[in-house]
Amino acid sequence: MGFSDLLSQYDTLDMAAYLAGVTPADVERVLAKHSITPLDYLALLSPAAEGMLEAMAQKANGISMRHFGKTIQLFTPLYLANYCTNQCVYCGFNTANKITRSQLTAEELRKEAEAIAATGLKHILILTGDAPAKSTVEYIGDCSRILSEYFSSISIEVYAMTQDEYAYLIDKGVDGLTLYQETYNRSLYKELHPKGPKRDYDFRLDAPERGCMAGMRTVNVGALLGLESVWQRDAFFTGLHADYLQRKYPATSIAISPPRMRPHVGSYEPASIVSDKNLVQLVLAQRIFLHNVGITVSTRESAQLRDNMMPLGVTKMSAGVTTAVGGHTSDDDSTAQFDISDPRSVDEMCRAIESKGFQPIFKDWEPF
Amino acid sequence: MEANNNDALVIGGVSLTSRLFTGTGKYGSDTIIPDVCASSGSQVITVALRRVDTNAATGNVMQHIPKHMQLLPNTSGARNADEAVRIARLARAAGCGDWIKIEVISDNKYLLPDGYETAKATEILAKEGFTVLPYVNADLYIARDLVNAGAAAVMPLGAPIGSNRGLKTKEMVRILIDEISLPIIVDAGIGAPSQACEAMEMGAAACLVNTAIAASGDPVAMGRAFGEAVRAGRAAYLAQTAAVSTGTADASSPLTGFLGGM
Amino acid sequence: MQLTVNGQMQLCNDDTTLLEYLQGNGVDVKAVVVELNRTVVTADDFGTTVLNDGDVLEILQFVGGG
Repeated sequence: MGFSDLLSQYDTLDMAAYLAGVTPADVERVLAKHSITPLDYLALLSPAAEGMLEAMAQKANGISMRHFGKTIQLFTPLYLANYCTNQCVYCGFNTANKITRSQLTAEELRKEAEAIAATGLKHILILTGDAPAKSTVEYIGDCSRILSEYFSSISIEVYAMTQDEYAYLIDKGVDGLTLYQETYNRSLYKELHPKGPKRDYDFRLDAPERGCMAGMRTVNVGALLGLESVWQRDAFFTGLHADYLQRKYPATSIAISPPRMRPHVGSYEPASIVSDKNLVQLVLAQRIFLHNVGITVSTRESAQLRDNMMPLGVTKMSAGVTTAVGGHTSDDDSTAQFDISDPRSVDEMCRAIESKGFQPIFKDWEPF
Repeated sequence: MEANNNDALVIGGVSLTSRLFTGTGKYGSDTIIPDVCASSGSQVITVALRRVDTNAATGNVMQHIPKHMQLLPNTSGARNADEAVRIARLARAAGCGDWIKIEVISDNKYLLPDGYETAKATEILAKEGFTVLPYVNADLYIARDLVNAGAAAVMPLGAPIGSNRGLKTKEMVRILIDEISLPIIVDAGIGAPSQACEAMEMGAAACLVNTAIAASGDPVAMGRAFGEAVRAGRAAYLAQTAAVSTGTADASSPLTGFLGGM
Repeated sequence: MQLTVNGQMQLCNDDTTLLEYLQGNGVDVKAVVVELNRTVVTADDFGTTVLNDGDVLEILQFVGGG
């Protein structure tokens, strides 16, 4: 059974009604369980659960301590290019937005890599826009070869690929795949992606699974919260997706991200507002549902919120972040994909992590 | 007893309302078997196949098994996959139906099942249309192999056969319940009704109990006790246990207090 | 002729059917299942199965088990 089959089982579920029907006693029962079902997870995303965050936090904290201890893994994104052939209506890289487009040369990439490596980071996430003809698989592969001289782990967050393409990149040094479905709502997805290769919902939906089959060591899924009018829908299906992958590909380490929409060029109005409280609720619910998935909270979130979320289930955070091409060696951020809320350097992040009683981790993986 | 008609256990197309499986071994007299079937409410019963001893007249256990029981022949005595497959085919030829409990044991000291040979036999027999219930260690990797091999259920041991030591493999069985989509039936080791109840509360699909009933002081009464324990455990699982109060009301919110002003 | 029955050598007259052999040895034919040279013989075929020299028979019956 593929993931889309699993998704379609929930076609008839009236999620808003289900969420409204959850009582505090239901939430207590879920919290008393050792392992919970998908519908239990949904219950933890309900308004009733929003009033019980401390109890959820205690449980999530206990699970996180057992599985991860007091550690936060650090990484930084590196934007290789911002060429894009899509018109994702919510994105700053949208081809309709008149921004300067560029792609790093090998020489520029080395300068970026050196600047990042000097901070001590060993895990890197490379990104491009969705332009397979410009930022080709071969180009990304060549960049990975260069970056593997500087970093022990390279993840990609690029357009959806075939299994063979993922295998090719693994051969070039890539070991992680991050790919957000943006929204699991098929018709909304079509509206939000009016043009370009990304319009193919199913090809993107199955891409994380193809990454698992190709042999990626870590696969990170997520949805862009705020696109759906009921944010819990995408939050629920993201959890379901991670659970599906974890069960089917137990050798792959599955991770999950809860990105919230932030302001950017193009000014798209979110369909729902996910409050700080809701974001915390979501991360707690994810940890209680999926004991050992990685959870990444990006610099879309504020320093204060990120610091407070460390004990609640978060395992991975970015530091020294720029979302502009060449941003690690230039101050020009006019081409950024989105504005960041936590501009702290790697050093500053380390001090913040340590002051919370946690240990910053620079390297926990290096392929043979 | 309030019947929960929506809670049937379906295995191999057979719908079972009782989640207690019983056996026919170790009884002082086989004539008590019908009474145990009645008192326990069990609908599935195991039998074994052995070479006929033409020099000694042995009774036919089959004549004591009520007609409504689903027979579950086991392959006990098999030391490898090949022998298990032969025994299964013989059992089917004898008119026992398509159900088979695979039991492959080559270690006579501990009587622990051989997961590799069991998976091999499961694959062959599932392809031949058997409803295969393999008896194995409570091991996630073996259980996954059995899923892929076409098993109808997975039967992890609670403790070594006949030890009556209870649910020693509890944490491992819990992992199987969480991770494996097939019914998990705890087989072997259960010595008391409370232990069967515990397995059912955790979410086991059924329990197979033989020695603890057959070798008890009163098998009919013990069969009834196990039947009730399994029902109680199942009902508790379905009802979902309530939260355990820590007994200390705490108004402060050490982990989420930062959200207070938002 | 010579047979191997349940692992032991047994002598038997030529042209004996399986049914005759079982009945001659006091076996309740309704309660057993037989494997001849590793192939299962169904009860309907007991009477028409003629034994040959060197045949290997397994005669089994159900017993109590868990």
